[in-house]
Amino acid sequence: MAGAATALGGLRGAARFEANTATRDPAWVKGLVLSLSLGFFLLFLLLPLIAVFVEALRRGWSVYLAALIEPDAVSAIRLTLLTAAIAVPLNLVFGIAAAWTITKFDFRGKQMLITFIDLPFSVSPVIAGLIYVLVFGAQGWFGPWLGEHGIKIIFAVPGIVLATVFVTFPFVARELIPLMQAQGRDEEEAALVLGASGWQMFRKITLPNIKWALLYGVILCNARAMGEFGAVSVVSGHIRGVTNTMPLHVEILYNEYQFAAAFAVASLLALLALVTLAVKTYVEWRASQTAQPGEVP
Amino acid sequence: MSIEVQDIRKTFGRFVALDGVSLDFPTGELIALLGPSGCGKTTLLRIIAGLEWPDKGRVLFDGHDASHRDVRERQVGFVFQHYALFRHMTVLENIAFGLRVKPQGSRPSEADIQRRVGDLLELVQLGWLAHRYPAQLSGGQRQRIALARALAVEPRVLLLDEPFGALDAKVRKELRRWLRRLHDELHITSIFVTHDQDEALEVADRVVLMNKGRIEQSGTAQAVYEHPATAFAYSFLGAVNRFAGRVDGHSLRIGGGAVPLCESNAADGEEVIAFARPHELHILTGEAQQGIPVTVSRVLLGGATARVELTGSAGSNGHAEPQHFEVELTRQQLSDLDLQPGQPVRLTSARLRVFPAARE
Repeated sequence: MAGAATALGGLRGAARFEANTATRDPAWVKGLVLSLSLGFFLLFLLLPLIAVFVEALRRGWSVYLAALIEPDAVSAIRLTLLTAAIAVPLNLVFGIAAAWTITKFDFRGKQMLITFIDLPFSVSPVIAGLIYVLVFGAQGWFGPWLGEHGIKIIFAVPGIVLATVFVTFPFVARELIPLMQAQGRDEEEAALVLGASGWQMFRKITLPNIKWALLYGVILCNARAMGEFGAVSVVSGHIRGVTNTMPLHVEILYNEYQFAAAFAVASLLALLALVTLAVKTYVEWRASQTAQPGEVP
Repeated sequence: MSIEVQDIRKTFGRFVALDGVSLDFPTGELIALLGPSGCGKTTLLRIIAGLEWPDKGRVLFDGHDASHRDVRERQVGFVFQHYALFRHMTVLENIAFGLRVKPQGSRPSEADIQRRVGDLLELVQLGWLAHRYPAQLSGGQRQRIALARALAVEPRVLLLDEPFGALDAKVRKELRRWLRRLHDELHITSIFVTHDQDEALEVADRVVLMNKGRIEQSGTAQAVYEHPATAFAYSFLGAVNRFAGRVDGHSLRIGGGAVPLCESNAADGEEVIAFARPHELHILTGEAQQGIPVTVSRVLLGGATARVELTGSAGSNGHAEPQHFEVELTRQQLSDLDLQPGQPVRLTSARLRVFPAARE
């Protein structure tokens, strides 16, 4: 995951590389690498994406729309949006807190904390789901206590939210840590010496400096929160109209041979992803624009 | 405002940054904290600012204990080594920041803020840059804006961390002179940290020389340069030739020769370290008996004086490899001596400064 600010930096570098005879590759190397990567892109990324929309619309608009406004589908869409609406703000706060802790304080076990932040990336999502079943499930550690008090986490909405928060935790923190490390503490210290309170320092100095990376992290976090399948699948229980998110709903429809409906919901999910990508590209572009003056003229 | 630090001690893990430092900074003076990197000078500056807390000791502002006062309440102006300008704000907003974050009651009106920022921009002579961003400024301009920003809150003391460290040689010289003039205008107690002895000697009223978390010497620039109190002070300030030898009556035995001693508090037979500046050494040609045998290796002409590099025999400085000496001569002296590379000569001095070898 490259930082938002550095993502487009390579483009300018490439132009310079290309113009220089000493570093320019022979034409056939360029052609080969280009066709290889473009071919791969067409075959594995673009074609399936097109297939989703073609399949979704194969039986016409009426079937497509019917699949989307059917109550179970609406409930899945609503649950997915709800989950993202809870998980993303939570991880926004956690992410800033974690990045702040790591970059502004020196303490024992810092390296370990950095490693733990990556845990959700390295653990299979299925395991992530299972962890919550083992902790909060009926046979789990807190299961009996929760049962007595009538609180349902597993096979209910809270479990889905918890699993999603776990899986999407690293995105914001991972974006912020390298940037905040590079920026150092000088500006914050300068603000303090000038009399700013902690909150003024955060709002007027820290936040403006990290806003693009933060937004970038939030977008990635949101994309994953809406698309997560594995972890959610374990804790959801697949109760139609109650604990089904969009990805789970797609699977159920597909297993029931309702291909047009499955692809219709899938196309909506893909559309959300495309919008996310567009916003992400815009954020990257803005970040590179604001990062530009940072380089000494 | 006068500042006093008493018996400050600060450690980072096992590293002792400051080891019982006590100092007095009188009102209105410009003081340089000078020393090699890692000597604790920046830590001391940050402790005075309140950006770092000492493990032990007190900081007094005008005789009042400020040790437990928060950095925000100390009313210090701090200029960071890399300026730490707010990169997302214009020059104008940077300077106004300290005024804008004041609590509602004491915050000046917008018109006052604008006027004050205008005055400060005029003071640092950069009014035409008001709407630029820090990234669009040169190093010297950033430095001056950082200074204007620090002055905006009317600090009682100005602290500068390596203020010229990141600038090229020419700009650095200009800014040094400018800082000195500014200080003469404002008369605000100022402390700056530097590892550059020329900078310290040229700009400061008083120089505090630090080494390994302790103060080696403090005094006026001239006093510290002309009368170094310790071997470290001597070798850190200015070009220097170092000799290792043994006191023998009224002379110092060095390698295969002897140099007469005029002033010495070392006992007969003691192992000592001796120092002499390049202009305090003399070259003797012909059949001279006194002095240390050396060989001329190079003659460098440049400016009003000439420098002669000489190579001694192994062991004359206490090391196994042969030592190099440097002598500064006037053009006249040089032509009188008529030195040739490879020529054996003898080296002597009328002003050897002797320090006990163990204390180095």
